Amino acid sequence: MTRDLSRRGFLAGLGLAAGGLAIGVRGGRAFLIADARAAPGDAALAPNPFVHVAPDGTVTIVCHRSEMGQGVRSTLPALIGEELGADPSRIRVVQAVGDRRYGDQNTDGSTTMRRGHYEELRTAGATARVLLVAAAARRLRVREATLVARDHAVHHAASKRSIGFGALVAAAARLPVPPPGKVTLRPVAELTRLAGDLPLLDAPAHVDGSAVFAADVRLPGMLTAVIARPPVLGGTVATLDDRAARAVPGVRDVLRLPAPSGPPRFQPLGGVAVLADHPWAALRGRAALAITWDHGAHAGWNAAADRAALAAAVAAPGKVVRAVGELDRALAGADRVVRADYHVPYLAHAPMEPPAAVARVDGGRCEVWACTQNPQSGRAEVARALGLDERDVTVHVTLLGGGFGRKSKPDFLAEAALLARAAGAPVRVQWTRDDDLRHGYYHSSCAQHLAAGLDARGKVVGWLHRTAFPSIATTFAPGVTHGGDGELAQGILDLALDVPAVRCEVGAATAHARIGWLRSVHNINHGFAIGSFIDELAAATGRDPRELWLELVGPPRLVTPADAGVASNPNYGESLDRHPVDAGRLRDVIERVTARADWSAARARGRALGLAAHRSFVAYVGVVVSVVHDRSRRGPPVRADEVWITIDAGRVVNRDRVRSQMEGAVIFGLGLALHGEITARDGQIEQASFRDYPLLRLPEAPRAIHVEIVDSDRPPAGVGEPGVPPVAPALCNAVFALTGTRVRALPLARASLPAAPMAMPAPT
Amino acid sequence: MTISLHVNGQAHDLDADPDMPLLWALRDLLGLTGTRYGCGEAHCGACTVHLDGRAVRACVTPLGRAAGRRVLTIEGLSPDGRHPLQAAWVELAVPQCGFCQAGQIMCAAALLAANPRPSDAEIDRSLAGNLCRCGTYTRIRAAVKKAAGTGGGP
Ligand code: FES
Ligand code: FES
Repeated sequence: MTRDLSRRGFLAGLGLAAGGLAIGVRGGRAFLIADARAAPGDAALAPNPFVHVAPDGTVTIVCHRSEMGQGVRSTLPALIGEELGADPSRIRVVQAVGDRRYGDQNTDGSTTMRRGHYEELRTAGATARVLLVAAAARRLRVREATLVARDHAVHHAASKRSIGFGALVAAAARLPVPPPGKVTLRPVAELTRLAGDLPLLDAPAHVDGSAVFAADVRLPGMLTAVIARPPVLGGTVATLDDRAARAVPGVRDVLRLPAPSGPPRFQPLGGVAVLADHPWAALRGRAALAITWDHGAHAGWNAAADRAALAAAVAAPGKVVRAVGELDRALAGADRVVRADYHVPYLAHAPMEPPAAVARVDGGRCEVWACTQNPQSGRAEVARALGLDERDVTVHVTLLGGGFGRKSKPDFLAEAALLARAAGAPVRVQWTRDDDLRHGYYHSSCAQHLAAGLDARGKVVGWLHRTAFPSIATTFAPGVTHGGDGELAQGILDLALDVPAVRCEVGAATAHARIGWLRSVHNINHGFAIGSFIDELAAATGRDPRELWLELVGPPRLVTPADAGVASNPNYGESLDRHPVDAGRLRDVIERVTARADWSAARARGRALGLAAHRSFVAYVGVVVSVVHDRSRRGPPVRADEVWITIDAGRVVNRDRVRSQMEGAVIFGLGLALHGEITARDGQIEQASFRDYPLLRLPEAPRAIHVEIVDSDRPPAGVGEPGVPPVAPALCNAVFALTGTRVRALPLARASLPAAPMAMPAPT
Repeated sequence: MTISLHVNGQAHDLDADPDMPLLWALRDLLGLTGTRYGCGEAHCGACTVHLDGRAVRACVTPLGRAAGRRVLTIEGLSPDGRHPLQAAWVELAVPQCGFCQAGQIMCAAALLAANPRPSDAEIDRSLAGNLCRCGTYTRIRAAVKKAAGTGGGP
């Protein structure tokens, strides 16, 4: 644990040798860490190092982002190392603790390579290179332009002289850092390793079991805690009899956690913790607790009524958030109006690793090890819970066994910290699977009503889209009744639509659980409804869905907020100059993915294909799903046998990990479409195991997932999330092609599909 | 109560409740944390180990049942991490978060030991109990086939 703000403090905390060259970046500008005090503004916001070159030549890349399967611990060293000219075998990666001096560490929102971070990371590597080259130029008495940094050395070709990076470090660290704009990034063609598949650096540790996740951290004298949390949000303990629990061998203590106050935010939920020598005793102890609960205000929450309330909210006009033309007139004058209602249930993240955190409180300081997506908010929440200054809290980031948004909420870190202080011993809090499913931050359920006016030729002349869902903001503030712009910009405000009259509305909705963000967030809901509705319109007009998609998206053009009829487009925190809403790119992924799936010919042969496309996190994704009948298992009598997915995410860094994210997004999307559903009864979540909340299993996985990554030199976009939204609608559209049944409410497992093939040609 | 356990070729005498699931004994008494906890009720396969060569879910295997029998965990699958499955897993870059992968590999290892050239359907059936939330399934299939020498190039 380090409070030392000096250079040595930084470096020692990361296990970095003194006397090296340490470069940090902030706001696109690079700094020598020795210059930290010269950084603009708040000294506490001085940059932390991203790249360090030791006198022995070892290059250390500090990974400030959490590794949760996206491969960031392999991507950052490759990107920075290529820019530097380092030998990959001499690069090591260290994981950063939570510290605002790294800038944004929240591994969420598919942001690691966007929001300017791609350029910042390269600038860190390039700055180190420029300084090493400058030091070599002085040493060799040649001009810098005659030198090349490559393979961990600076080379002067004319005189065939080379100096290794390590030997240049001391001199380089004394040179002034070039100002912004004076550090030239390499031409992309020089980043040769990025053109191929990068090795997955953590793979060996995953296949021999040595990878360290949160629950693998061991501290001397550590107790393990499991917690009985209020079954209803906002509930409290009325009576507690813990005698039987205390009698379980190995149980050391039973402690009550403070009840949260106000909106849920990231506060622990309260309840009763059983602390024991090992998890087995803690689990048995928890099972032996006799607790009666005051369930509080949400005890009347029931799934059917909740769904009816959401449906009612979109049955009537809501708050208008997007308007172009005269919709009412367009619908009144239409040849016919097609209407449809869609429903997406609450969903849980269910990462394979349930939340876990280890904490140690020592005097006025606290140290935590956790599988957190956001060590900075973890640090803040632990400090708040313990009444400490943030500087007295250190949050170490372990590997994450999946995150999907759940682990950016640090309630479990604060639980561990509170219990460690109360117990006077290090404590590991272990969430069980039922804890994870019953006490999550749920993906918002959503009702949507869409209507389209069609003219006599089947052209869409009016488009109405109403949505209602409990806003994520309800988790953080009282009195929130409607989804906000940032939520509506996920597929509604930013949809490229070439229709003369458009109106989008949001209805009111109430939250009775903690609402959170789950991989691709509201794009799941909006992508499902829009993607399904376009297919419905194609069916209603007897047209090829692909043609209708392209017609509705319209000609290639940039869609401004004014064109879209919206006041503004939050655009995932990106400027519209750098990341415009580009109808041409959406068309392009539709054209590409259908070409690869051989859309027209395969359909003509009777293959049941479904198409959907969606822009999210400023990336564009098109998906085609093929389904076949399959009654070999319980559950839906259909199976996705082959999937094509095309992503345009601008420039990509780690092609193999983009591919694996697309593969994962397909599985994630199929899983939620087929099975995902969280429901409540009397305020309590009904799902408590993988039996009640099934995930996709291997036999349900497609035989092949064909990933195409569009070659592009546009600014990097998100990758982790954008693959998910088009999958569910493409699946349901394929199911319609196969069975003639339109699934408007997820999950598909609840739909009654015809048990036998209808009069459709057999799939090929 | 003292229980004799043979794990990865080593004998251990544990003073533990015979009802304690093998999972917790491996992880918390022996420090073999490569066997993961994902559900504790035989629904996910993250805790898969071999008991006398057969794949079992350590989370529902009482210590008493494992006593005196040969337990193999991911740490003991090969001395150098180069079991054909481990090699195929690295070559095809199967893991995403990695949390499920030790269980996947242990399950696949038991399959290949009993059936060196499994069909796709046999692979699917054998690994149906091993969840992967990250969605590495197509690569898992390819890696099992690669290790079995029945195809599975990238
Ligand atoms: S932890 Fe044993 S099967 Fe899930
Ligand atoms: S790799 Fe993450 S659960 Fe399988």
